[in-house]
Amino acid sequence: MLTTASLSIGYHHPLASGLNLELRPAELVCLIGPNGAGKSTLLRTLAGMEKPLAGTVWLEGENLHRLPPLELAKRLAIVLTGRVESPLLSARELVSLGRHPYTDWLGRLTPRDEQTIQRAMQLTDTLRFASRPLAQLSDGERQKVMIARALAQEPKVLILDEPTAFLDLPRRVELLQLLRRLARETAAAILLSIHDLDLALRLSDRLWLLSSAGSMEIGLPEELALNGAVARVFQSEGAHFDHAIGAFRVHQPVHGPVSLEGNGYGVTNAWTWRALERLGYKVHNGNSRHPVRVEVLAESRWRLVTPSGQSEHHSLETLLQQLQAPHVEYRILNNDRHENLL
Amino acid sequence: MSRWLFPLLALLLLLAFGFSLAFGSVSIPFEQVMRILLGGTPEKAAWADILFKFRLPKALTAVLVGAALSASGLQMQTLFRNPLADPYILGVSSGASLGVALVILGLGSGETALTFVSGFGTFGNFTLALAASLGAASVLGVVLLLARRVQNTLTLLVTGLMFGYLASAVVSLLIYFSQPERVQVFSLWTTGSFSGVTWPQMTVFAPAALLGLGIALAMVKPLNVLLLGDDYARSLGLNVRRARAWIIVSASLLAGVSTAFCGPIWFVGVAVPHVARSLLKTANHRVLLPASLLMGATFALLADLIAQLPGSQRVLPLNVVMSLFGVPVILSIILRQKQLRQL
Repeated sequence: MLTTASLSIGYHHPLASGLNLELRPAELVCLIGPNGAGKSTLLRTLAGMEKPLAGTVWLEGENLHRLPPLELAKRLAIVLTGRVESPLLSARELVSLGRHPYTDWLGRLTPRDEQTIQRAMQLTDTLRFASRPLAQLSDGERQKVMIARALAQEPKVLILDEPTAFLDLPRRVELLQLLRRLARETAAAILLSIHDLDLALRLSDRLWLLSSAGSMEIGLPEELALNGAVARVFQSEGAHFDHAIGAFRVHQPVHGPVSLEGNGYGVTNAWTWRALERLGYKVHNGNSRHPVRVEVLAESRWRLVTPSGQSEHHSLETLLQQLQAPHVEYRILNNDRHENLL
Repeated sequence: MSRWLFPLLALLLLLAFGFSLAFGSVSIPFEQVMRILLGGTPEKAAWADILFKFRLPKALTAVLVGAALSASGLQMQTLFRNPLADPYILGVSSGASLGVALVILGLGSGETALTFVSGFGTFGNFTLALAASLGAASVLGVVLLLARRVQNTLTLLVTGLMFGYLASAVVSLLIYFSQPERVQVFSLWTTGSFSGVTWPQMTVFAPAALLGLGIALAMVKPLNVLLLGDDYARSLGLNVRRARAWIIVSASLLAGVSTAFCGPIWFVGVAVPHVARSLLKTANHRVLLPASLLMGATFALLADLIAQLPGSQRVLPLNVVMSLFGVPVILSIILRQKQLRQL
């Protein structure tokens, strides 16, 4: 549907070049990458808002940047970050602006226009506040109205620039699921940039990974995680992407080793592990016996074993407090030095 | 609400028109007005004179200027996304003032200046109208040139403002170095009046105003789309640069021609669009524009009526009346709306 040939994007210097991309119908593609990599620039270039530095963007076989604006508007729609400052417009009025490429000079709506608007609002579940002014809608509702407006253009390609930027997690999930459903139901190709890596990995059909160096890796989300592409792109001093767990591990200065025995209480074990790591301990499985040991006795019972004694705890908080008590700390440090000397 | 709103507004306009024909320093009974307008002979011959020579052109001027400035203000507010924008925001009025100031304060000997001293002569003078038009057109020309090169609408706004300040500065300079009598005359011009447009002048004034209004009407769809911002407007297929240019032409033409023939008329351009928005609770220009035209015309007629102080020989300056009476009226309308933020 939309392809690029040796596309080079940027303003004065290329942010990325030699891009050969493809958007297929009914597919949801997420564009992710670190800040400043050029995600917005890429989206804007693909949407025809910026000129490419080199190469071409083809939309259904025609050069996108040579299409007359009204013709382009009938095939490609965009949704940007940021709020629309027009509080008096009702949701329906805003969606009907999406019919701009199709209406006459006064902007009058035909029955066909009304039908399209209705369908767009149905698909985005925005009919229930159709006559309410924008000022009275929440951020999430407003985003959906903006998407409905884009749908009213009857686009083959829909491009969104960080549509989840101001939304809370449930709203973000909802929006992404909506977009996926829309891709299937309208057969449009949907491309969006997003910072939420987790959601992108879970819900997109295809990932475009843009690195700060300007190179693009494309593939299935799981493939890119497995082959280390995600880890490479998001490599930083403070954290790294652990593809075993599909999430980031934050680098912490380490105080010393602690041994943790789960005894089959998987969930408690996992979160105790995280708490110990957060405090900066290197956690080893129960197999390796270290002087300082935490045993999970039940869902909410722990035993802390240190060279200076044992104690039982009914909450993580008291466990951690005890662990961090001055004499224990000293012991752990000592142990570490011993280990190093050995 | 809008179903009976427009007939109501039209009715109000008609009433205001009727009142401004009937009342003034001399009161003419309504049915006499009707008789004269329909071609019959009135009780007093002088009444026909008053009506045709003074009141009818004055009322028509008020209607045109009220509509013109409201349309201009509405367009400027939408284009610059600024609720405080008025028709003169691009410096057009300052350009017109400069033109007039050059004539009254700058050029000519003391003799020429004295011929301007009669208050009526100031507004009936075609030379002044011409000077004002040239001044306004020059500023408009420069702004349009810049509009081609400037991507950002905000930059354009600031540039227009700067030109306005520049023109005002030169006017102040001229005032500073002029004789008090001349300054008085210029001052008179700045108070504004609908009385100065004669029928010959109307043949220039009316078509120009109607042209500006026509362009404004054609801009209704672009104005609506521009509510979303330049980026979205472009993505919806609007040629933003071209639309911006036409909007500026229309707004400046309307503001310029009003200022040229009637002096700078404050307040109408800013306030009326807001009243329209408050009452109609919409941002849709297909509804807002006609409503603003009707309300603006009515408001101008009423202001002029009050300024004439019916029954007495005295006349208040028009701009004074606009603000003194207009502000409380509009404040009461706007403040009664529950959500001020919606403006």
